Amino acid sequence: MDIGLFGQYVVNGVMLGMMYALVAVGFTLFFGVLDVIKFSHGDVLMVGTFAGLATYLGLQAAGVASPLVQVIGVTAMAVGSMALLGALIARYLVMPLRSAPPLNTLLITLMLGTVLREGVRLFYPEGANPKPFPRLLPADSIAFGSFTVRADSAILLLAGLAVIVALNLVINRTKLGLAIRAVAQDEETARCMGINFTLIVLVTFAIGSGVAAFAGVMNGLYYNEINFGMGLLLGVAGFSAAIIGGLGNIYGAILGGFLFAALQTIGAVALPFASAYKDVFAYAVVIAIMAWRPSGLIAEKTSERV
Amino acid sequence: MEKTRPSLLPGLAAVGAGAVFAVALLTAEQQWAVGALIAGAALASLAAWRFGLARAIGASVDAHEGVLNAAVIAAVLAVTAWFYEDHFPLLMMATVLLSATTCIGLTVQFGYAGMVNFAGASFYGVGAYTAAVVVKYTAVPHLLAIPLGGLAAAALGSLLILPMLRTKGHYTAVVTIAFAILMKTFLEVNDTLGGPQGMKIRNVTVFGWKPNTALEFGGVELSHYVVYVVAALALLVLAFGLTRRMERSWVGLALDTVRIDETAAACFGHDIARWKIVAFTWGNALAGMAGALYALMVGFIAPNNFTFGDSLILVSIILLGGIGNLWGAMLAAALVVILPEKFQIIQEYRFLLYAGLVMLILLFRPQGLLPRTLRAYVPGRA
Repeated sequence: MDIGLFGQYVVNGVMLGMMYALVAVGFTLFFGVLDVIKFSHGDVLMVGTFAGLATYLGLQAAGVASPLVQVIGVTAMAVGSMALLGALIARYLVMPLRSAPPLNTLLITLMLGTVLREGVRLFYPEGANPKPFPRLLPADSIAFGSFTVRADSAILLLAGLAVIVALNLVINRTKLGLAIRAVAQDEETARCMGINFTLIVLVTFAIGSGVAAFAGVMNGLYYNEINFGMGLLLGVAGFSAAIIGGLGNIYGAILGGFLFAALQTIGAVALPFASAYKDVFAYAVVIAIMAWRPSGLIAEKTSERV
Repeated sequence: MEKTRPSLLPGLAAVGAGAVFAVALLTAEQQWAVGALIAGAALASLAAWRFGLARAIGASVDAHEGVLNAAVIAAVLAVTAWFYEDHFPLLMMATVLLSATTCIGLTVQFGYAGMVNFAGASFYGVGAYTAAVVVKYTAVPHLLAIPLGGLAAAALGSLLILPMLRTKGHYTAVVTIAFAILMKTFLEVNDTLGGPQGMKIRNVTVFGWKPNTALEFGGVELSHYVVYVVAALALLVLAFGLTRRMERSWVGLALDTVRIDETAAACFGHDIARWKIVAFTWGNALAGMAGALYALMVGFIAPNNFTFGDSLILVSIILLGGIGNLWGAMLAAALVVILPEKFQIIQEYRFLLYAGLVMLILLFRPQGLLPRTLRAYVPGRA
């Protein structure tokens, strides 16, 4: 394999890994504060991407032609509206079910995902068909010998990295992050220390959903096509990533995201069987990893009290 | 001192009313008629519950279980006889019976052993594809496709046992979700199994007789689906009977302790791994057998019939019915299969409405329609 093609696979894989990691981080944050899995996460991402597309069309109609303004507007709208939606979901669907079995939370969010997906399919104009997503980033190529990187890929990778770093700083270096970690560790003690539990939960859901919407816009800008089903696949991949990394651990989520993308890429190019089997391979390895490390690669430190 | 036994009458009346309602619902074509029937049934159940009739029916069912189980079987057969030449209602009935069988399998897993399984439709699909392969590529008698389907599902499920035993909670869920997606992708890309186009199942023969052709019976022509309704009913009765016996026996008691508190169960000497394997394998075998019969009946299967979304529908059925209650699962299976088919007007919106409905149930009646009651050590004398 020549180096240029190899580089292309690496860029693709890293891009996918970045998206999975951003989705997985949301799952792990939600699990941290409420010990729940919010399965509508992928569909929130999809709705965010469609909100971004609608914003683009709106800006276009309003006569704003500058791609820079457009890309900022699209991202801000997608992230902002999904942060709001995430907080609403937490407030009205997840928190009321706190005393119910975890299965119920899983199911209600799965069903919400279906509602969002079907809602977009039925009510977004021509929502059932794939939609072209605008190319808003410069598409010049940067060449390193036989290996070329498109400028938009580079910008997306840097932006994704910036989001992950920023999120990490927020969680580990700010008062808000301290409160999130406190709630994740022990809800009651956190309350005793004067932390507004509900507010922190809502903010966490807002952050996670906003990050997912960012991943959705990344996806749209990279592949230039979106459809109503994209959230389900990204959601399941992100969930698997969060799980193989170990729930409740933000580094685990990032590791899991890149690992899952690597598995898919390896399945597609490096293995003797047809590349169509890449997902079969990736999920089979996920199951094998679960058998080997039952609570993820970076396991939660817990001891069971009887 | 012997208490007076509750009367058989309320139970029989309920079964009869159910049968009449099933006939009316399956016959109704106009959307307003379907709507009126469903609204009427909802009001009637609400009234029955409000005026204590539901308790009388419950007591009657507890006291005369055998008679009423037989009455239900008779009622299903009577409804089948009513529609003897109409393909569509019979197809729907058979689908309900097969979904109910699968959901009984899931009830054993979720409701008794407390194991999550988000790949129910995948195991159903394994059974279906096994039947297709048996008919298309082998000389094995076609009737054996049904037990083989169950066997294949159980065998494939055993690959998941190690990760499922080692993981807990959400981690177990991801094992089954990963399997569901793996399975569907595999079916889609494997050319021997037909790829995304799926497989056709032709020329099913049982002892030289072709069940997929219309049959004459004393000068009356019957729809070939009659055979499948009866076969699906037989499978359901078998599944229900065995599972009920298991639930009532010490096996069911052991499964309950494993679900409620693993640590305590282990302390009292229960082998947790063994009981989980029993429950998981039995549930998958039921799903596989139902899937095999389904494949023989419809004659055409494709990966899109066995997606993760379908597994979710199965899970919603048992949740809607009340986890752990076999009758609840069967009732919910009937509702979930029939309503979208009858409400053609909402066909386009059915997934939306259906998902919204499940969300409302989870918010306002999380225990399901018929919650599982406490174990009665002597049935009928709770």
